[in-house]
Amino acid sequence: MQNRDCSTIFALLSEYLDHDLPPADCEELEQHIRSCEPCVAFVDSLKKSVALGQTYSPSAEPPPLAPEVKQSLKEAYERMLAAREKK
Amino acid sequence: MDESQLARDLLHGSPAAFDRFVDTYNNKIFRYSYTMCRQREDAEEVAQETLLKVFQNLDQLHDPERLKPWIFRIAKNACLMKRRKSVFAPKTELSLDELKPSKDGGDGKSIEIADWSLRPDELAENSELRQALDRAVADLPDIYRAVFLLRDAESLSTEDTAEILDISTDAVKTRLHRARLALRKHLDEHLRTKGVSA
Repeated sequence: MQNRDCSTIFALLSEYLDHDLPPADCEELEQHIRSCEPCVAFVDSLKKSVALGQTYSPSAEPPPLAPEVKQSLKEAYERMLAAREKK
Repeated sequence: MDESQLARDLLHGSPAAFDRFVDTYNNKIFRYSYTMCRQREDAEEVAQETLLKVFQNLDQLHDPERLKPWIFRIAKNACLMKRRKSVFAPKTELSLDELKPSKDGGDGKSIEIADWSLRPDELAENSELRQALDRAVADLPDIYRAVFLLRDAESLSTEDTAEILDISTDAVKTRLHRARLALRKHLDEHLRTKGVSA
């Protein structure tokens, strides 16, 4: 980003992508982007990076719950339901 | 999945809802806490402790719409307890300046940027890029990773994320923006050095 406009845009991009910017700021930002090639490329890369981030899931998988752990969860659940019934 | 319907089914004592809930949230909370704690054993314990607290206190959940943020708040606290016992990570800040792209060449107008011409679905299918994303998320300082996981990976709202993490909505927005810029920068470097093909 080479000038003040680009720097201002840079700080607002997530809010722009999340549709959180007030309409006037949004219009001003889009007007700048239309005439700024580096910003077009940067916004495209950020948009795609955010889309990729939104599919993020760590590759680690939990082991299956041990039967005794699942049983203790079930008992806690049933106790909660019974207590709720009494209220 | 309709989270509020799941909460209502659970409160009505549905055995099918219990199984669905345990399977879904054991997985979700394990992955969240594994990314935050970085220890398998801790992540397993956080997931189990969170599920237990959820079942013990589910009758205190007055609004079924709030199920997901409520659970993540319990998980965040369980995760913090684990990390207090093990890791004392310093609060590293990311500055906007370090996340800006570098200038390219002498014209003063272009920037150094990778070829991002592939469609998002093509990028998402690339296993090397996904591994690069894994590394980039792991490299994020904790305060940014916490916001990224809840806002982008779990699609929670800014308000819910702020409530879960006990920070302001402005802090959520600032940290999310910097987290996204840091991930973009990491991925851009990967694409420039390794490239990617559809």
